[in-house]
Amino acid sequence: MCLAIPGKVVEIFTNEGMHMGRVQFGGVTREACLDYVPETQVGEYVLVHVGFAISRVDEEEARRTYEALAELDQLGELEVPEVEESAGSRSGSGV
Amino acid sequence: MKYLDEYRDGPIAAKLVERIKRAQTKPWVIMEVCGGQTHSIVKNGIDQLLPKGVELVHGPGCPVCVTPLEMIDKAHAIARRPEVIFCSFGDMLRVPGSDGDLFRIKSQGGDVRVVYSPLDCLKIAKANPEKQVVFFAIGFETTAPANAMLAWQAKQMDLKNVSLLVSHVLVPPAIEAVLSSPQNRVQGFLGPGHVCAVVGYAEYEPLAARFRVPIVITGFEPLDILEGVLMTVEQLEQGRAEVENQYSRVLARGGNHPARERIARVFEVGDRKWRGVGTIPQSGFQLREEFREFDAEHRFSVEAIDTMEPEVCIAGQILQGIKKPHDCPAFGGECTPQHPLGATMVSAEGACAAYYTYGRHLKDADLTLHRASASGTPDLVTLGDQK
Ligand code: SF4
Repeated sequence: MCLAIPGKVVEIFTNEGMHMGRVQFGGVTREACLDYVPETQVGEYVLVHVGFAISRVDEEEARRTYEALAELDQLGELEVPEVEESAGSRSGSGV
Repeated sequence: MKYLDEYRDGPIAAKLVERIKRAQTKPWVIMEVCGGQTHSIVKNGIDQLLPKGVELVHGPGCPVCVTPLEMIDKAHAIARRPEVIFCSFGDMLRVPGSDGDLFRIKSQGGDVRVVYSPLDCLKIAKANPEKQVVFFAIGFETTAPANAMLAWQAKQMDLKNVSLLVSHVLVPPAIEAVLSSPQNRVQGFLGPGHVCAVVGYAEYEPLAARFRVPIVITGFEPLDILEGVLMTVEQLEQGRAEVENQYSRVLARGGNHPARERIARVFEVGDRKWRGVGTIPQSGFQLREEFREFDAEHRFSVEAIDTMEPEVCIAGQILQGIKKPHDCPAFGGECTPQHPLGATMVSAEGACAAYYTYGRHLKDADLTLHRASASGTPDLVTLGDQK
């Protein structure tokens, strides 16, 4: 579980003082914290580990790494449903 | 056994194997530290492509596997409390404690949730102000920036119903423990690429010098691993013991500065127990005094727990590279991914699970069948019983 998944930053915003982004992985888009790669721009690629971008990579590296992770069946964490903001939601409970 | 022509980059892989063969004149034992590398090596049969004189042994780099039993039992005790929403990465749900796993607690009515990111806990805490949200903060250095941010944000947002059960481990002290063991056979290391993307690799330099071992920071793709092995073998043959970076397209010597800074603000280094291995001095993170109020161990006083590890399990020796899954009498029989006795059989990065998933418990004839029916995408859960 030390592997990070590469994705493309498609949107940047702030939430609770954190620099956040929407990052696209194959067909899935997820929220990720960009505080550790603050210079990242929309359209660039980052390595994301448990919702945090830890490093920027180029497009070619992103593609290779993504394919390698798919071959290793290591993209499963992207299937965990996103937790919604709404009060009382139990959407984090999927297993 | 996997053949080179099944590789996406077969011709390049063949060249690397050829260069390793030419470079190697003496027998060498090399440990890959990261569980992602172990998974990739076993899946791609890289260990079987290498010349006989180059042996790969699997290291302690699976955070799920090394989380100590006491901590798992503590997690279970907290998760059973009615006021608690217990959040964890999915891998931890099937790790056996002294009495069952988190899945069982969930099926018995405990509110156990799998989260994608530690930050999900903030949303869950805000949506459930009457509940206590506890996050099982495990991992190596790669995960530390994420877990540090949860504690940091909880403090900024003054959330009184969030806490972390911290069981964080560090790679360099584990390498030191492997090298200091009287049973050690390891002569060179493939260092963990994504761990070093966060913390860099300067810390490995004193280790390489003190123990006279080459450490090559390596990625996890088959070509990365073959190149890492080649660089390690060349150092060994030439009598060098340096830290080299095979993975330079992803990481720099200093790692990620903002992430390191945040980790240092939230965590301090302390002694940690590793499952099956014992306490390794200064080998893990714990919350600093300023964040102690967010420490679940502090918030929920869990009384001393008597742990019970199955006697047959040799996961501790496997994690130190002393033994391999085949050496365990329970491997593939009593112990399978469906009924894991030890944590190394749970996580896809654990050596026992990787060996089992890729048919290493089968004879050659059965293996052909196993691989045909697995149709190239083996799944840890469904593959188990095809014997
Ligand atoms: S096969 Fe099972 S019992 Fe044996 S060492 Fe591995 S996890 Fe432990």
